[in-house]
Amino acid sequence: MDRVNSMSGASRIKPRGALGTKRRDWREPAVHGVLLLCALVSILTTFAIVATLLEETIAFFEEVSLAEFFGGTTWTPNFTPASYGVLPLLAGTMLIAGLAALFALPIGLITAVFLSEYAPAWLRSILKPLLEVLAGIPTVVLGFFALTFVSPEIVRPLFGTSQIFSALSASIVVGIMVIPLVSSLSEDALTAVPRALRDGAYALGATRFEVARRVVVPAALSGIVASFLLAVSRAVGETMIVALAAGGTPNLTYDPLEAVQTMTAYIVQVSLGDTAQGSIEFRTIFAVGMTLFLMTLVMNVISQYLLSKFREVYE
Amino acid sequence: MIRSDQALRRRLRARRGAGLAFAVVCLAAAGVSIGALSILLLDVTLDGAGRLSWDFVNSFPSRKPEDAGIKAALWGTIWMMVLTAAFAVPIGLGAAIYLEEYAPRNWFTRVIQVNIANLAGVPSIVYGLLGLALFVRAMDLNRSVLAGSLTMALLVLPIIIIAAQEALRAVPGSIRDAAYALGASRSQMVFYQVVPVAMPGMMTGIILALSRAIGETAPLIMIGALLFVPFTPSDPLDRFTVLPIQIFNWASRPQAGFQENAAAGILVLLVVLLTMDSVAIVLRNRFQRTHKG
Repeated sequence: MDRVNSMSGASRIKPRGALGTKRRDWREPAVHGVLLLCALVSILTTFAIVATLLEETIAFFEEVSLAEFFGGTTWTPNFTPASYGVLPLLAGTMLIAGLAALFALPIGLITAVFLSEYAPAWLRSILKPLLEVLAGIPTVVLGFFALTFVSPEIVRPLFGTSQIFSALSASIVVGIMVIPLVSSLSEDALTAVPRALRDGAYALGATRFEVARRVVVPAALSGIVASFLLAVSRAVGETMIVALAAGGTPNLTYDPLEAVQTMTAYIVQVSLGDTAQGSIEFRTIFAVGMTLFLMTLVMNVISQYLLSKFREVYE
Repeated sequence: MIRSDQALRRRLRARRGAGLAFAVVCLAAAGVSIGALSILLLDVTLDGAGRLSWDFVNSFPSRKPEDAGIKAALWGTIWMMVLTAAFAVPIGLGAAIYLEEYAPRNWFTRVIQVNIANLAGVPSIVYGLLGLALFVRAMDLNRSVLAGSLTMALLVLPIIIIAAQEALRAVPGSIRDAAYALGASRSQMVFYQVVPVAMPGMMTGIILALSRAIGETAPLIMIGALLFVPFTPSDPLDRFTVLPIQIFNWASRPQAGFQENAAAGILVLLVVLLTMDSVAIVLRNRFQRTHKG
């Protein structure tokens, strides 16, 4: 039958089949190619980021020495004589990110333990969307909140200061910003821990708290640490909250009640003004941006590495 | 015998007590975020609700806070969202489809994947520096809504790619096998079978990415979106402002009238964002339900 068919109807059937295959022949590689190009955009983006930052940063370091940039303790690029010590900006950034981490990481982790080990389904279905809403609040709104609520209603009465801008009010709100990030990523890590580990501990008579603290959290530790690192990296790169609430004076201090300026806030301050391209002031924002980029990159890469190790164990 | 029994009971009580104490700590921790969210919404509503009116939505900025409005900012935000979506959605979905359905499992694919994860963690202000150097200066687009949208498209691209990849990964392999068994080519299988099934999940990712884009402020300050714009953009090369920048501008002024305007602007922004987020959450729940069954 087959043979008869193919012989008698060859002239009609074969061209159709051939046409079909032909069309696929050029279509398939074309689709493949276009999709590959889309994926390559991300690689190009990375190259573009590194190239633009490098170009201006190198130009900056032709005029300012590395020792002055990383060793100097005053940041006054618009004064004469100008001084380009990045330490005050770095200290401001670390102070705010550090304080934010200090209270956001434990709260985020405990929320995650609560969501994965304790909360009944109905409570989870309320809490999780609310945390997502909090995560979706634009940072400029959080900055307004820091400036109009946290600073006048909490920080100033509590510590009896008159400062409107302080590292503390900014860092409280930066902390609030990263709690949902920590809780959702840590919760993912906790729920990935196999049921059998929990059951084993329960069978030995452990209470729910003991199972969580001695079994589940240690088993998910690398995932939790990864979420912590991402959160700190996000806090370091946060811009609008600190631009609105932390003040605008580079200040090498450990006192959270003083106004400080972070690296990100400095970049915003410069770009709000009128800065000529090619001037040293224009280049400072790229040098500071490069420092910021490298700091967050290191934290992100370590976090990715920990996560991949974690997935190897459990998935 | 009796003594050790008592000791056991005491220990058990202590252990249960610790558990109970921790449960209370848990509730308190969860309460911090919920409390912060409620206070924030309450604070903004109390500050801004009185200022909301049609005039506020339909007026240009002004030196007098009571005459100022968000018309230019709202139109700028709409322009930017549409253009950003036009760039980021096709490229993001294309990249995700490539990585999930086409890419060979080799080192190059892994490099792309790691690179996307890292891009997602780059601070938004660094994208602003990129946009300033690349789009505003090198490509000479000036401080236009086009330059802003391109910058924002690069910023949200990793979010779209990662979400779309997850949606594609959730599509059962049997659908792919069935399409191949019926003689479909790879692209027919992907575009007629897999992508439609993954669509709700992809849409969720796109909506969340766009809501991130309209809330972002820092990168647009970097590329020089204006603080005072008494007009709406009429083509992609016009200068522009957006809602978050208008809010930032008002919030950083000391006068109470402008603070009130900032709060009212925030209310408008939050209504837009919450609407988008709830659409995304509904879509995702529907997507998860269809895939569980």
